Amino acid sequence: MTTTLTKPQPQKTTPRERGHRPGATAHRRNWLGGLAGWLWLAVVVVPLYWILITSLKARSNYYASNPLAPPTDPTLDNYELVLESDFISYFWNSVVVTAGAVVPAVAVSFMAAYAIVRGWRMRFLRVVNGMFLMGLAIPLQATAIPVYLIIIKLQLYDSLLALILPSIAFAIPLSVLILANFIRDVPKELFDSMRVDGATEWGTLWRLAAPLTRPAILTVTIFNALTIWNGFLLPLILTQSPSQRTLPLALWTFQGEYGVNVPALLAAVVLTTLPLIILYAFGRRQLLSGLTAGFSR
Amino acid sequence: MSALTGSTGREGRRSILPWLAVPALLFFVGFALVPLVGVFALSFTTWDGIGTIHPSGLTSWRAVLTNPGLPHALWVTFLVMAVSWAVQTPASILLGTFLAGRQRYRAVLSLIYFVPLLLSSAAIAVAYRALLDPNFGLGAGLGFEWLSKDWLGRPWLAFGVVVFVVSWQFVPFHSLIYQGGVQQIPQSLYEAAQLDGAGQIRQFFSITLPQLKYTIITSSTLMVIGSLTFFDLIFVLTEGGPGDATRVLALDMYKRGFQAELMGPASAIAVILVLMGLAIALLLRRLGGRDAGESQLEGA
Repeated sequence: MTTTLTKPQPQKTTPRERGHRPGATAHRRNWLGGLAGWLWLAVVVVPLYWILITSLKARSNYYASNPLAPPTDPTLDNYELVLESDFISYFWNSVVVTAGAVVPAVAVSFMAAYAIVRGWRMRFLRVVNGMFLMGLAIPLQATAIPVYLIIIKLQLYDSLLALILPSIAFAIPLSVLILANFIRDVPKELFDSMRVDGATEWGTLWRLAAPLTRPAILTVTIFNALTIWNGFLLPLILTQSPSQRTLPLALWTFQGEYGVNVPALLAAVVLTTLPLIILYAFGRRQLLSGLTAGFSR
Repeated sequence: MSALTGSTGREGRRSILPWLAVPALLFFVGFALVPLVGVFALSFTTWDGIGTIHPSGLTSWRAVLTNPGLPHALWVTFLVMAVSWAVQTPASILLGTFLAGRQRYRAVLSLIYFVPLLLSSAAIAVAYRALLDPNFGLGAGLGFEWLSKDWLGRPWLAFGVVVFVVSWQFVPFHSLIYQGGVQQIPQSLYEAAQLDGAGQIRQFFSITLPQLKYTIITSSTLMVIGSLTFFDLIFVLTEGGPGDATRVLALDMYKRGFQAELMGPASAIAVILVLMGLAIALLLRRLGGRDAGESQLEGA
C-alpha cells in the first residue's frame, strides 16, 4: 500500500492515471455508475434545496406556495427570529466544546500514533494499539450511563467541560488509526537520518513526522470537529440548563418551541450547519483525500 | 509504570516512546474503558440516576430479559442494521466506483455529494420531519398523493423513513471510502482483463468487487457499529414511535435510564449493545482474514 498523500495530487497525465479505466474512454462511459451518480445527486439535492428555499420564505408564503418553487419575495426574517433567541450563546458553546475537545484529542492521538508506529516492537505499545482498535468495535454511546456517573462524581455536571472530556476519549481510536496509517508512510530513511543527526524522539515527532503528515492532521481535525460539533447524546445527558446548550440540542428544543413555524426551524438548521459548510469549503480536498487514505486500506 | 521506563529501543538506550502514548491512554481509560467496565457493574445494581446506588444482583437483568419489549427492540435494532447495510453498501460501491472514474463533472458532483455529511443528525431529523409532514410537507404541497402519506405515523412507513434518512446521511461517507479503495486497484488487472475481452460489467464483477474485499469489511464494520448508535436521529425523528416501531436498543437505553430513571436495567441494555458490537466486529474480522493491510497487492 503506497498512498503517499502528502499533498493532494491534482493531475498527473499518464494515460494509466488512477481511476482511468481502459474502457472508460470518451465514447464508452460507465453507464451504470453514471446513472447511479445522477440519481443519488437528485436524492441529495432535493431536500437540501427545499431546506434552503423554505428558510427564505415568509410563513404565509410557505403555506400558500409550491414547496419547490423559490420564494416570491425572499426574506431573512426567519434568520432574524432565530438569531434573536439565544442562538449566539449556543453557537459559542458549540465552538468552545469543539475547539476544546478537538485540539487536545488530535495532539494526544498524534503522539500515541507516532509511538505506536515507531515503537511497534514494544509490547506495551502493541497492547495500547489493540485497546484503541477495540474502541472502534464498541458503540461508545453505550457507556453513556457510567460517563454520566463519572461526570457527576467529578462535579462537572451541566458544564462545557463535561462534554469536552468524554468527547476527547471517544475521538481517540479513529484518530490514532488514521494518523498511524499516515506516519507509516514516512520513509524510514528520514527517521534514521534524524537519529544520526542526534535528534530526540520528541524532536523527530514535531520536526519531521508532524510536518510530513500535515494533511492527515488536518483531516483528523476536520473529521473530529464535524463529529463533535454535531454531537447530541452527550449534551443531552450531561447538561440541563440553557446556558450550557450546544447547537444540535438547541435545534431539538427549537422544534418544540417553533412547532409549526417550519421556515424558522429550517433557518435554524441552516445556521447550525453554516460554520461546517465554511470549514468544508476550505478543507474539502484535505478532508476527502485524507479520509480516503485513512480508511481505504 | 516501572515496566514502561525500563523498555529500551533497539539501540539499548531508554526510549520515551511509551510515554508518548500515555496522555491518550489516560483519556481513553478514564472516559471509555472505565465506563465500559462500569456499565457491566451498574447492570447489577439499582439506581435512579440521582440517589445512592444499591447492589441488587440479577434484579435488573431479570427485569430486562423478561420484558416483552426486549425481543422487539433487538429485532428493530437488527433490522435497522441489516436493511440500512443492504441499502447503503451497493449504493456506496456503485457511487464510489463512479467517483473514482474520470468524468469531468465529477468534481462538481463530489462537492455536493458530501454536504449531508456536514449536517448533524438532529438537523437532518428536524428537516425531514417538516419535509414529510402529511399536511404541509413536500408531498401535500406538490399535490402528490403518494408522497403525502402519514410517513411517521405508520410503523412500517416510519421504519422505511429511518432507513432512508440514515442512508441519505451516510452513503456519502462510505462512497468516499470505496472511491479510495477503487483507486488503489492496480491498473494492470484491468488491462489484462481488457486483453481477455472482458467488458465493463464483467470487469466490475470479476476485478473491482473481489479487490474491494477489505474495503467492504472496513466500511461494513463502521456502518454496523454506527447503526448500533443511531440514537439522535431516531430520537428527534420518531422518538421510537409510532408505538415502539422504531425503538432501537440505544433509544431503549436512554428512555429507561434517563426518562424512567431505571439506570440498572438501562445499563443491562447497554451491555447487550456492547456485546453486539464486539461480536459483529469480530465476525467481520474473521471474514476479512488476518490483516487488511496486505490487501490488494496480489496480481499487482
